[in-house]
Amino acid sequence: MASGTSRDVLGRGLRVLGRAIREQPRIFAVAVTGSVLFGLLVIASAYVVGGVVGEVVVPAIARGSVPAGALALAAAALFGISVLRVVGIFGRRLGAGYMQYRLQAAYRRRVTRRYLDLPLSWHHRNATGTLLSNANSDVEAAWYPIAPLPFAVGTVVMLVGAVVSLFLTDWALALVGLAVFPALFALNVVYSRRMAPRQARAQRLRAEVSGIAHESFDGALVVKTMGREAQETVRFAARAGELRDALISVGRLRGVFDPMLETLPSLGTLAVLVVGALRLRQGAISVTELVSVAFLFTVLAFPVRAIGWVLAELPRSVAGWDRVARVLDATGEMPYGERTLDPAEPTPATLAFHDVHFGYEPAEAHLPGTEVLGAVSFTVPAGKTVALVGPTGAGKSTIASLAVRLVDPRSGTVTLDGVDVRDLTAASLASTVALVAQVPFVFDDTVRANITLDRPGIGDEEVWAALRLAEADGFVAALPDGLDTMVGERGTSLSGGQRQRLTLARALAGRPRLLVLDDATSAVDPRVEAAILAGLRAPTGDTGAAASILVVAYRRATIALADEVIYVEQGRVIARGTHPDLLATVPGYADLVTAYEQAEHDREQTRTYDEVTPLTSGLEVEVDR
Amino acid sequence: MSASATDVEAERPTEQAESTWRTLRRGLALSPELKTGLAGTVVLALVYMVGRVAVPVAVQRGIDNGLTVEGGPDMGVVATVVAITAAVLAITTTCGYLMMRRLFTVSETALAGVRTRAFRHVHDLSMLHQQSERRGSLVSRVTSDVDQITQFLQWGGVILIVNLGQLVITTAVMLAYSWQLTLVVLGAFAPAVLVIRLLQRRLAAAYGLVRQRMGTLLGTIGESVVGAPVIRAYGIAGRTARRLDAAIEGQRQAQQRAIRISILGSSVGELAAGLALAGVVVLGVILGVDGSLSIGQLTAFLFLVTLFIQPVQIATEVLNEAQNAIAGWRRVLDVLDVAPDVADPGEQGRELPPGPLDIRFAGVTFAYPGGPPVLHDVSLEIPAKSRVAVVGETGSGKTTFAKLLTRLMDPTAGEVLLSGVPLREVRFESLRSRVVMVPQDGFLFDATVGENVRFARPELTDEQLTIAFGELGLADWLDGLPAGLDTPVGERGEALSVGERQLVALARAYVADPDLLVLDEATSAVDPATEVRLQRTLDAVTRGRTTLAIAHRLSTAQAADEVIVVDRGRIVQRGPHDELVKDPDSVYGLLYASWLEQTR
Repeated sequence: MASGTSRDVLGRGLRVLGRAIREQPRIFAVAVTGSVLFGLLVIASAYVVGGVVGEVVVPAIARGSVPAGALALAAAALFGISVLRVVGIFGRRLGAGYMQYRLQAAYRRRVTRRYLDLPLSWHHRNATGTLLSNANSDVEAAWYPIAPLPFAVGTVVMLVGAVVSLFLTDWALALVGLAVFPALFALNVVYSRRMAPRQARAQRLRAEVSGIAHESFDGALVVKTMGREAQETVRFAARAGELRDALISVGRLRGVFDPMLETLPSLGTLAVLVVGALRLRQGAISVTELVSVAFLFTVLAFPVRAIGWVLAELPRSVAGWDRVARVLDATGEMPYGERTLDPAEPTPATLAFHDVHFGYEPAEAHLPGTEVLGAVSFTVPAGKTVALVGPTGAGKSTIASLAVRLVDPRSGTVTLDGVDVRDLTAASLASTVALVAQVPFVFDDTVRANITLDRPGIGDEEVWAALRLAEADGFVAALPDGLDTMVGERGTSLSGGQRQRLTLARALAGRPRLLVLDDATSAVDPRVEAAILAGLRAPTGDTGAAASILVVAYRRATIALADEVIYVEQGRVIARGTHPDLLATVPGYADLVTAYEQAEHDREQTRTYDEVTPLTSGLEVEVDR
Repeated sequence: MSASATDVEAERPTEQAESTWRTLRRGLALSPELKTGLAGTVVLALVYMVGRVAVPVAVQRGIDNGLTVEGGPDMGVVATVVAITAAVLAITTTCGYLMMRRLFTVSETALAGVRTRAFRHVHDLSMLHQQSERRGSLVSRVTSDVDQITQFLQWGGVILIVNLGQLVITTAVMLAYSWQLTLVVLGAFAPAVLVIRLLQRRLAAAYGLVRQRMGTLLGTIGESVVGAPVIRAYGIAGRTARRLDAAIEGQRQAQQRAIRISILGSSVGELAAGLALAGVVVLGVILGVDGSLSIGQLTAFLFLVTLFIQPVQIATEVLNEAQNAIAGWRRVLDVLDVAPDVADPGEQGRELPPGPLDIRFAGVTFAYPGGPPVLHDVSLEIPAKSRVAVVGETGSGKTTFAKLLTRLMDPTAGEVLLSGVPLREVRFESLRSRVVMVPQDGFLFDATVGENVRFARPELTDEQLTIAFGELGLADWLDGLPAGLDTPVGERGEALSVGERQLVALARAYVADPDLLVLDEATSAVDPATEVRLQRTLDAVTRGRTTLAIAHRLSTAQAADEVIVVDRGRIVQRGPHDELVKDPDSVYGLLYASWLEQTR
């Protein structure tokens, strides 16, 4: 079973390499040509050295005179071979390197393009860390064997050439070669076979150690405030210990094979000395040939390792490729339609949900998928403001995501001006609706770029107008470089409230015809919020365009601004109507929005009760002191 | 960004030379176990290297004494030479195995220790220090930086040691054969060494650029993954793709530049080898004719020259790897060298007295490093068992209270005392088990709801957790989850809504059973009805303990025994809600008016 699996890995690994060659045939040809040239020159150099010793050195010393011409020729030949070998090295290494980097870049482009194309529901099912390593280390691992591949191919050619040249020299010495080279090859194969699972284990543990560190440092505040540093260290140390053992086991295997791989060609050279001496006595070969063959064994040892490198990397390459392919083959894109919604005059849009059902697919297969929304129907009429109210976990954010088509419903339709959002082009959809999310996301870029997002028609004037409306103009003007200030990774140089106002301005700058605010104004003063909503409602407001608004809110002040309120509980629309209507007729709604008043009222009653029995609390304090 | 900038700086070769030794010394001082049996390992390595020159010597002996003697080859001599060499090889191979085995066991064990120590140290750093570091840069201190050292020791390190030895021993053997030819070889390699030294600096800079570009690439990819909803909502996939392509291409260009320099290095080595071979042949023949060199010696010399090439050729790569490993080591040591500025007094520390805790701030001033004070000379006392709310506008300094009280930060001046014990003197073990804070960002670990709540008390059973949720009035919510306590919360709890994460974080703090509970806007994303319900149940279950709540919503303040109003770093009002609202023009009066405007 095990050998079957590893044969399978070998086959699949070679197929991955085949794909690489098909994708970059020309540069691969350059690399292999360089490598073959290098290999043949290695053999040639052995014969030149042998020739120089036998044909120049021995006669010269025997004769006792220096043959200037022959000597110059020998020197030129040795140096010339070196120059040609440099050409071979350039071709091989440059070709292999460029090929590897081109493949990496090409696949990083493809993988990240898939990330942009695949729907958010797919993103939800995949951990951020996994997606990052798919585009980074998995792509790298998939093409790692490309670096030594041309060298290995050239080495195979060189080995064949070496055996042929050995046979041309002497059959007895050739037999030594036939014993040593295959043994060397076999030793390399065994080495890489046994190394691969150990390396894979070390790699996996490295990722796990890194995962623990990432999570533990991300949650450093929780660890610190709960005093769990020691336990976290134990958790980390256990995995770091496993990694240590895995690396030691890798090292021990190296300790066994590396010296053997080095010694084997040396034993070959010794065998050549013995066999060569016999053949020399028989007069079958000359000293020249003997030296050549001995030299050949010395110089061949190193290149043969290249075959082992390729084989050793194949399992990792296959694993990396599988993970990359999973992204490339993932389906379920949300294709955009052909229709556009671009009226000449930007008027507010009408949003309608018709019997919308939605559920998230379970993160793990054994868990039940949860239905988040069921039979949701409502309308945001053009120019109106609708508030979405409901308890924590009722599905409000999901409705907001559906409204801007971040996700598609399981059944039912979401329409804008009567057109199913699935039939709209991406550009038309983006220019019609804007979502401001609960947790603001800011790009590592300038303030200006974060607001314009390179959308056409948003100049500095529009940016400042949007910032003013979101009450963000003050702090932006105070930034050292104004609009050109870099906000840092995830906007770390800004406070939470500033980030929220920035994303609000981003939405406003695009003059959307429908604005969806997902509890996005919690850090904004209610007066500012009222001004924003009023500005958008006015047909000729500051922004010059009016918008329909869907707003997820808890604040009474926000709700009061809405023309209609939709009350959701556990993914269903329980009631809709004006705020006073719902307050009067829907107990759940009344409980939610009057919770604070109710609490205050209850407290007043308790307080009255407390005042009747002041002795108890007084006593308590006295006892304490 | 700053991390990669220091990377590039660290590559600067001038300051490299002195500090490499310093780093090694610091590293060895920190992990003395690295020196265990070092002498033995070095001896084994030296013996192992003898194996490399054994064959050229055998060839020389074989040719001179066996093959080219009068009357044809002497089989007896050849057989003896071969037998002795084979025996030597058997010994050196075994030594090679033993050397590597010792080296790997010792170094991996030592580095696993360094890794774990650095991990613990990062947790011991103060919150401010942790947050001032770039996301991920602390992680690389205990991952990629240590990996770089171990990988170097496993590959480059062995190559470096073996090749240096090979260079020395080869030179020694060459000298024994002929000093003139040795000079030729060294002369041929001298310019190569100079060129390689030069290239090595450029190569280090080139690899520095590769790492920097890699950082940019990872950041850009991360943004495209984490920001996927924004990218989709604003239809900016095209813009994002262009940014990604630019980052990918930039990294590829840097990689190609680095490999070009690296190839130049090995080419120079190769040319030097050709030059040396040619020189040896010319001078060797002249010396041979002279009678001062035998054919075997000359042949052995040609073999030895090839042994000389290998180390020189890989020198550029290995030295660069060595430099990276040293730089990684230095970064790890640098983290370990940072003294935690909010330190645990440890064994000398005091225990908090048993029972409910009272709070005293004595002349407390706090300023973030390099910033203006955010709290000015604050003094106050809060009796045990009271429930206090701290309110104020954003940026008024109210969160600073929570952080000082839980000793996430130390005051710049003044003192915070719990039941009369200065916080600085309290052992962390005592402090953390008695004082628990629930931060606004309810960070959850990628585990189940139950495992997260059990974080501080792993011994609690599922039944106890269910009871705890019930006590908090969250039984219905828990029942509504797909798998109850076993529901996975996803990375950072992202499978739950923001409000739900806060509920789990609150339950986690509740089961930790603290005597002082500090809530830093812990229910800011929860709906009003749930919040009020939680408030009430919390009041009930924390009766008899001290609670301090930093509040954004004034409902919390209304329910508290006492409200502390902070404005621009000073306490401007304190007292029960009912008294404070009597002055509508006060800070609290205005806050309350605004609150009523929001909620009525």
